This record gives sequence, structure tokens and C-alpha cells, in this order.
Amino acid sequence: MNEAEGRTVRLDRVAFSYGTAAMMFDAEFAPASVTAIMGPSGSGKSTLLNLVAGFEMAQSGRVLIAGEDVTGLPPAQRPVSMIFQENNLFAHLDVGKNVGLGRSPALKLTRDDRDAVADALARTGLAGKEHRLPRELSGGERQRVALARALVRNRPVLLLDEPFGSLGPALRQDMLDLLAGVQAERGMTVLFVTHQPEDARRVADRMVFLEEGSVSASGSASDFFGTDAPDAFRRYLGGSV
Amino acid sequence: MAGRHEQIGTQLSGRSRPRVDPRIAAGVVALAAIAVLVGGAFLGLVTEGAANLSGAVSAFDTYLFRIARFTLWQALLSTALSVIPAIFVARALSRHPSFPGRRLLLRLFALPLALPAIVAALGILALLGRGGYFADTLSALVGGRWPGIYGLSGILVAHVFFNLPLATRLFLEALDTLPADQWRLASQLGMGAGPSFRLIEWPAMRASLPGTAGLVFMLCITSFTIVLTLGGGPAATTLEVAIYQALRFDFDPARAVALTLLQIGLTGAVMLVLARLGATTAIDANLPVAPRRFGSVGRGETLANAMLVLAALVFVAAPMAATVAAGLQADLWRLAADDAVGQAAATSLVLATLSACLSVALAWSLVAARQALERRRGADAPGWLERATGTGAGFVLVIPPIVLGAGWFVALRHTDYLFAAAPVMVATVNAVMAMPFAIRAIRPAHDAAAERNDRLCAQLGISGWTRLRLVDWPVLRKPLFTGLAFAMALSLGDLGVIALFGSDSVQTLPYLLLARMGSYRTDDAAGIALLLGMLCLTLIFLADRFGRRAP
Repeated sequence: MNEAEGRTVRLDRVAFSYGTAAMMFDAEFAPASVTAIMGPSGSGKSTLLNLVAGFEMAQSGRVLIAGEDVTGLPPAQRPVSMIFQENNLFAHLDVGKNVGLGRSPALKLTRDDRDAVADALARTGLAGKEHRLPRELSGGERQRVALARALVRNRPVLLLDEPFGSLGPALRQDMLDLLAGVQAERGMTVLFVTHQPEDARRVADRMVFLEEGSVSASGSASDFFGTDAPDAFRRYLGGSV
Repeated sequence: MAGRHEQIGTQLSGRSRPRVDPRIAAGVVALAAIAVLVGGAFLGLVTEGAANLSGAVSAFDTYLFRIARFTLWQALLSTALSVIPAIFVARALSRHPSFPGRRLLLRLFALPLALPAIVAALGILALLGRGGYFADTLSALVGGRWPGIYGLSGILVAHVFFNLPLATRLFLEALDTLPADQWRLASQLGMGAGPSFRLIEWPAMRASLPGTAGLVFMLCITSFTIVLTLGGGPAATTLEVAIYQALRFDFDPARAVALTLLQIGLTGAVMLVLARLGATTAIDANLPVAPRRFGSVGRGETLANAMLVLAALVFVAAPMAATVAAGLQADLWRLAADDAVGQAAATSLVLATLSACLSVALAWSLVAARQALERRRGADAPGWLERATGTGAGFVLVIPPIVLGAGWFVALRHTDYLFAAAPVMVATVNAVMAMPFAIRAIRPAHDAAAERNDRLCAQLGISGWTRLRLVDWPVLRKPLFTGLAFAMALSLGDLGVIALFGSDSVQTLPYLLLARMGSYRTDDAAGIALLLGMLCLTLIFLADRFGRRAP
């Protein structure tokens, strides 16, 4: 899967403000790795992902993916897939169609497309459920559908905005393992926003810690969860880990 | 508002997002269309006023002020008589969240909203008119020949018939928003009827009182058909009816201009007060009924509540029942074979369909534009365009159909197009008048769907026709049909514009009904009223069916 090889994501002095909150991101995310993004509420975690995905526009600075400037590109033209905490699926379309939209936004699917959809559903453990409607699925299954769609879209960068935040611990671990497995196969660059330190510990290679709209610390996950953890991150965790 | 993104767009060469969002463009087109309709009417009025300034100025005489005073007086009385009893009826209904027939009763209370005013007027005349079902009883009561319910009392009865159920529904809605915990707490603390009214129910209803009373006042101040059919004579005429008479009978455009300006000033002032109070200016076509169970109600109170609800029920149901009874007595077969009736029914249906489609298209464009603008601005303050497509659209209700019609009538009266314009005027004016209601039906579903789907569509590149077919249509189909059916019912029953522009060549059912009433063909009128009423109620029934959310 050469074309899906992860590529570097870089935010080059990207400025953004929402109301009175001003943010400035300057960060680089290594290719084909999983980076967990953590930080207090309002620190700009989701905004960072939205800037990479194209849902928010930078006021100044550049967003670069694989060295290419994507700052002005609309979301659909960026080499990026994003999975939200919820509302990843069209409620009135069945599982197969929701995944198929990843191949053709007009749902004109070729034989190859259908095969890809079937493969992705099988890989995410949803075989036989392609005709279910989202409301007939559990919360975990819905996120599996979203992951399956990201697989058929086959974009080199995958953004996850607390995708498993509403799932129970066991289910969340299953999903994280599935994510890690898929990432290993495809070599995507994954940016993963989470509130759970144990999630980051389980899947992340690298860590980025945000405070008040900018990156306050970054490094390898082993450093963050070892004795050399940055002070700010340590304070954020409190006594929990 | 859009400046920030625009600026970034220009900084980047070439591959930026498309400049003009089609949804915003559609909203601008819709606003422009409304502006043309309203602006044309104003242009007609202003040109006429300027051309005959002395005539327009001298029309501000004591007669005109007497009419204005009566307009306000009847509206004030109607509001008081509708709203005060409604407080108690709503409270009674809320004290008993489940009894057999409650849902049916609430549905019945939703009907007057869609019932053409002329049908209701006929129903009231069938009951309380000189030859009505109660004429003999009333004659015995007053000790002499019952003169029939005309003038102020007739107007009041009709206005209360329309607005008591409306106010009741709005108050009930306010009571239904009270959290269930409050009721549980009240019954745990052993609050009786008095304390729970004073401490829980009244504060909730008081919050919605200004809005509800304002809305009812607005509806009564712009009431045309009721006053035309049940009022009459210089003693019981409102501005709207006087405008119609000035144009159709006295051929006095200068007076019509003066009356129209006064009417706009009056409704504008009321609307301003309403906006200050944060009132809803459009009514929802269907009411979510949330039954709730709490502590038992005492026997005495139950009895009193039952009497109260029963009285309200009789008051609302009787005119409708009388319409049906009188209609069935008419020679329906002969009416069905009557060419004029068939013609008018066909004209009515065609115009109402056109009008409703236009109304829904306008509403959808405005709703989509407003949502797109809100999304685009992020946390900035809303711009003027967003306000115009949002709350601004509701302000068309300031300009009653008669006023719009009068403006165009005055403008077109020297041309050959006066009566040829009739169908266009009826369809467009009614479309704009029904638009705020269509917006109410469409906007919640549209905005909720957009909230869910916008990012997903942007990410997957679903846009334009594909988005309409795959994403928007399946979600919005039901609310669109609700808006369509409701707009069609409103347009079908309207007598305002057609009263001005109607002629032998272009007749709608309400116009024909008025003509038959005028020539004392009461049986025909009753039959047509039944037909018209059934048509509108079928539509409102459909609107209700579509409006109910899928499980």
C-alpha cells in the first residue's frame, strides 16, 4: 500500500481565533506514526484537528501535508480522513452506503468499490451488517463503520477527535487495538485527540500537549509516561497515572 | 462576518473554496423576491400619495380615526377574552395529563388555525345568526326578535373562537417545558391547587403571556374576513375592511393610501413591541404533546377543570359542527354540478398549490442561507444578512395581505393588467404570508441535519445535486411537506387579496362564498363552506401526519 504511506503533517505558525480565544500552532507530526494530542478543555485540541482537516481556516500561517501547502484546500480535497466523536454517519443511509460514500460521494460504486467496502467491513468486524441502519447499531459499531469508511477512502492522514470518548473501557480497548492494527497495515499518519492517558499510552508513539491554544510540550510517548515527563503534562495528569 | 474567510480566500491563489455559496445565493434571491413584492406595493402607495397629496392628507379625518380606534378596541377586547380564559383552560389541561380524548381535544384546538376565517364566520352565523340554530332560544331570551350576531359581539365571538385554542396551546406548551422534577417536588411537598398555580404554573405562563397576548393582538388587529362578514356598517369597521371598501366601492385611492399607512404604522408598532418581548411571531403547525403524571388532583378541582375544558370544547367545536350541519343541508349535488363552483375550486387548488410551492421554496432558501451564514461566521456577531434571513423574514407579517394587495392595486389600476394580475397577486402574496409558518416547520429539522451532516459532507466531498438527493431530501422531505400542506391550507382559505383583485373571471372558493353570502344564497354558501373547510382540514391533517417525527 504505497500510496497510503503516511506523510508528514506540519502546522507552520498557524494562527486562529475563535471569539476571544487566540491560538497559534507550530508543530510537526512524524509520518506513519500515531500522535496523541492531549490538553485541558479549551486548549485547542479539536481546533488543531479542524485546521488540518479544513473545517477551520487559518488566519495566517500554512498547513502542510507531505510538504504540500493545503491551507486553502476544501476538506474533501485534502489527503485527510477524520472521525468525530459522534455523527460520523448519515442516519438515513445503511452501513454499506455510509461506507460506500468514502469511495464515491454520489454513491456510484463500481465492482472494485463494492469489494473494497466489503473488505473494510470485514476488517472492522462488521461483516453481514451492511444493510443495518445506524440507529440499529451500538455506539462502538457506529465508530467501526466510520473507521471502515476511512479505510476505503484510503487517505494517508487520519484524524480522530475523541472517537471512543463515549464507549466503555473494554470496548474502547478493542477499538484502540483495531485502530493500532489498521494503522500498522496502512502506515497512516494518525493524530488522535483523547482525554484518557491510558488510551494514549496504549496506541501512541508520540505525544503533543496543548495549553491555551499552543503546543506546550511534545515528545515520545515513553518519555511522557516515564520519569522524564514534562512538568505541564505531569500537572495535568495530577495523581491519575 | 464573511470578511475574514474572504480575505484568506484572496490571499491564496487559485485553489480556494468557491466564492459564492449556492445556499447563501438562494437566500439572497428569496429576499430579493420578497423585497420586490413588498417594494412594489409601497411604490404604488407612495406614488399615489405623492400624486394626490392633498387628498391623502385630507383623508386623515375623524372618520378615519374612529376606524383606527375601533380597530384597536376590538383587538384589545378580543385579546383579553381569548387569553384570560386560555390561562385557566391550559392549566386545567396540564393538571390532567392523561384522560380519554385529551389528544383529540388538543388536535381539535389546532384546527381553527387552519380553518378559513370565512368558514368560521359562516359557522358562527349558522349558530347565532338571525336564522341560526339558536335564534329561537335567543329570541325568547332577549324577549323579541333576535337580530343575529353582527357588529362587535360577532367579531369578538369569532376572534375568541380562533384565538382561545391558540392561546391555550401556547400556554400549555409553556407548562410542558416545566421539568418533571418540579411536579414531583410539588406533590411531595403536598402543594394543593392554589400554591402550585401561584408558585409553579403561573410563573411559567407569565413568561409566555406577553408573547402570546401580543401574537393574538396582532392577529386581531389585522383581521379582515371576520370583520368583513360579521362586522359591517361604519360602527364596526376596521382599517383593513375600510381599505377594501375605499378601493372596491368608493374608488378613493387617496383614502386607501391614508388607511394603509395608518395600518402599517399600527402593525409595525405592535410588531416592535412583540420583538422587544421576544415573542414568537409564527405558530407551529403541530404541538408536541408530552403527557406527564404527578400527584392526584382533588375531586372538586377535577370537576371544575372538567367543566372548564368542556365549556372551551363546546365553544370551539360548536361553530365547526354548525358548519358541517348547515353544509349537509345544502343541495350538495346541485353545487357539485354548478360550473362556477367547479371553476372556483379548480382555481383555488391551482393557486394554492403554486403559492405553497413558492412559499416552501422561499422558506427553504432563507433557512439554508441563514444556517450557512451562521456556520461561516463562527463566534462573530451575526451580520445583517443572517438577521434578514432569520428573524427578519418573520417581519413580513407586519404587512397584512390587504396592504400588499392595496399597494399593487393602486399601482396597477390604470393599466390593463389589474384583473389579469389577480392570479399572480393571490399566489405570491399568500406565499409570502405563509412563509414564516413554513420556516417554522422546516428550520428545526434543517438546522439539526446541517449540524450533523455539514462536516461529513465537506469531508466526503458531497455537494450540490448529490447532496440534495442523498442527504438533504431524505431528511427534509417530511418537514417540507408539512410546510407545504400548511401553506396550502392558509392560501386556500385566504380572502384578503382575492377580495381586492377578484372578478367574475378569476374566482376562488372563498371569493365565491362571499359572493353567494352577499346575494343571500345561504344554502349555497353553507355548502361551499363545508367543501372549503374539508379541503383545509384534510391538508392540515396531512401536515400533522408528515410533521410527526419518525421514531
